[in-house]
Amino acid sequence: MKTPTLKMPAEKKDLEKKICETEVVIKNADGLHMRPAMQFVDVASQFECDVTVSNIENDVDGKSIMQMSMLAATCGTKLKIKTDGKNASEAIEALKELVEIKMFDEAPPEE
Amino acid sequence: MEIKKGISASPGICIAKSVIIDSEDYRIPRRLVEPTQQPAEIQRMKTAFDKAVKQLSKLQSGQETKEQRKIKDIFAVHLRFLRDRSLIKKIADMVRSESVTAEYAVSTTLREIASQFIKVKDHYISERAADIYDIERRLLKQLLGNKRENVEHLEEEVAIVAKELSPTQTAGFNKKFVKGLATDTGGRTSHTAIVARSLGIPAVVALEDFTDSVNGGDLVIIDGNRGIVIVNPDEHTIKQYEEYSLEFHEFEHKLDAIREKPAITRDNVRITLLGNIEFSGEAKLVLEKGGEGIGLYRTEFLYLNSPTEPTEEEHYKAYSETIKVFKDKPVTIRTVDLGADKYTQSKRFAPEPNPFLGLRSIRFCLQNIDIFKMQLRAILRASALGKVKVMFPLITNLQELMQARMILHDVMEDLDDESIKYDRNIEIGIMIETPAAALTASTLARDVDFFSIGTNDLTQYTLAVDRGNELVSTLYSSVDPAVLRLIRTVLQDAHKAQIDISICGEMASEAEYIMLLLGMGVRTISIAPPMLPELKQIIRSVTIEECNQIARKILGMNSERQISNYLRNATRKILPEAF
Repeated sequence: MKTPTLKMPAEKKDLEKKICETEVVIKNADGLHMRPAMQFVDVASQFECDVTVSNIENDVDGKSIMQMSMLAATCGTKLKIKTDGKNASEAIEALKELVEIKMFDEAPPEE
Repeated sequence: MEIKKGISASPGICIAKSVIIDSEDYRIPRRLVEPTQQPAEIQRMKTAFDKAVKQLSKLQSGQETKEQRKIKDIFAVHLRFLRDRSLIKKIADMVRSESVTAEYAVSTTLREIASQFIKVKDHYISERAADIYDIERRLLKQLLGNKRENVEHLEEEVAIVAKELSPTQTAGFNKKFVKGLATDTGGRTSHTAIVARSLGIPAVVALEDFTDSVNGGDLVIIDGNRGIVIVNPDEHTIKQYEEYSLEFHEFEHKLDAIREKPAITRDNVRITLLGNIEFSGEAKLVLEKGGEGIGLYRTEFLYLNSPTEPTEEEHYKAYSETIKVFKDKPVTIRTVDLGADKYTQSKRFAPEPNPFLGLRSIRFCLQNIDIFKMQLRAILRASALGKVKVMFPLITNLQELMQARMILHDVMEDLDDESIKYDRNIEIGIMIETPAAALTASTLARDVDFFSIGTNDLTQYTLAVDRGNELVSTLYSSVDPAVLRLIRTVLQDAHKAQIDISICGEMASEAEYIMLLLGMGVRTISIAPPMLPELKQIIRSVTIEECNQIARKILGMNSERQISNYLRNATRKILPEAF
């Protein structure tokens, strides 16, 4: 997936433009189905930076529910999240929290 | 140039640009647009997304209780899809790169996504394909609904091409510009055929996958005489057809010349010819074609071509316009025959599993007494203006008839109380279109002034064949021995009870069947107005004696094929010009 270049006023450039990366694991039992995918896109869309999500095969736009739901990530799947642009680190924190701590407000698998 | 063979459903020749009416109920065929049309298609697609978002947001805001939370979540997901820029871009890219219609690009893209979901092993995700189909449908409804509205505002002559046409769709047709119909499904008595014949435009039905091979705007020739449709004809073919069309018009004019002559057989038996109409505007056509009144005024169209339920005044206005044309000649108004393939505005969203055996016609009226009473009031008020008769459809037992009569009586009392004028002796009749009614005709005859045999439904219900389903339509025949026996019973019972009886189905507009019907004792026939001159021509060329002989022969036969063959040969011998 090609990441479009971000327009940024010159003076803020140093402070806010950066690239962050992290790895998350899907922990809720039902995986990244429609509603979690929507929550992910909702959170990602609150930030100006680009959000790219990858599994082993694909890189997709984290702000597109179509592409996110095509990842079809089930419980236990590892995903890489990359943010690029304004507030990149806040974005990645918020997304990591949604996936791993809030678990999309859903339950983990029963033992 | 491509030639397709179907079934001829209404005669005539039409050479015009095609307008295709797709349906969200079927796969959308791949259709191309001119490259210059691409921006317009993309705009249409974006507008459809916007409208779908608005519609969904409205739906979503209504869901507030806890149980409704789940629905709200689903809608939220759908909304996310409808606002997904990369999805919209993907569809726009497809319109640009392949030059296809917005409908096709939307449908193909979303189905591709859905098929990706289905491949996922996890059930929770794979079942989500249903959501994608739902979104697809919502978008297609916007896109196609828009196009359907455009058909109502045509500005040039066109030929309508569709998988199938519903009464709701045809009701909006502008007669001035719709010059021919071609559909994938249907038979000689399907709705498309009836509408085409009443409008006097050519129609070819049962073309199978015809809609797949036409692009909107393609020039098509619809040859309703031979049951052929030609897509993108070459110049030579166009020229040939222009000449043929001219000849056909001359032939029709020649028939018009017999308008003033009476409908009597060569041995001086008088036959009454009436017209079937749907719109008050067709009344004049009946007179022009030599009809002596209306044998069947279908009133469903009042309900089908407006977004709101018609008021009593709207009923009254339509009826009085028709009656004024006919003065003292009879106008038989059939109470609404809604249900099955025809729905009112409020009922259309509650489909029944088996609509033809469900809440339709008189059954619908007896359960919706307010609607029924309103129509009866309008009919009665109109009866003060001329010779009106009222007719109840789809009666299956005496109780229904008595109930309908009682309601009519109630409405009369209301009118008396308000000192509103109406014809106190208005004739009351019923359609005989179910085997139940035919078998109990002698009982029913005691409580009515007339019968009208509706051969389309009678055939369908007797033979258990859906007349609109091309897979079984070869089994549909009004001269099946079973149907003929029922018709004979009804005719005999009506004569015994000395009440009037007429035939108003499509059967009466087939040249081959006329002599048989006359021979069986039919003396009043009501058909689509454009067919009247031909029918009169046939009547004036035969003797009742010949007809009687044919009927006697036929009623002794046991197979439909034998009957059909015999009739064809007999007609050819006596009426060579009919073929």
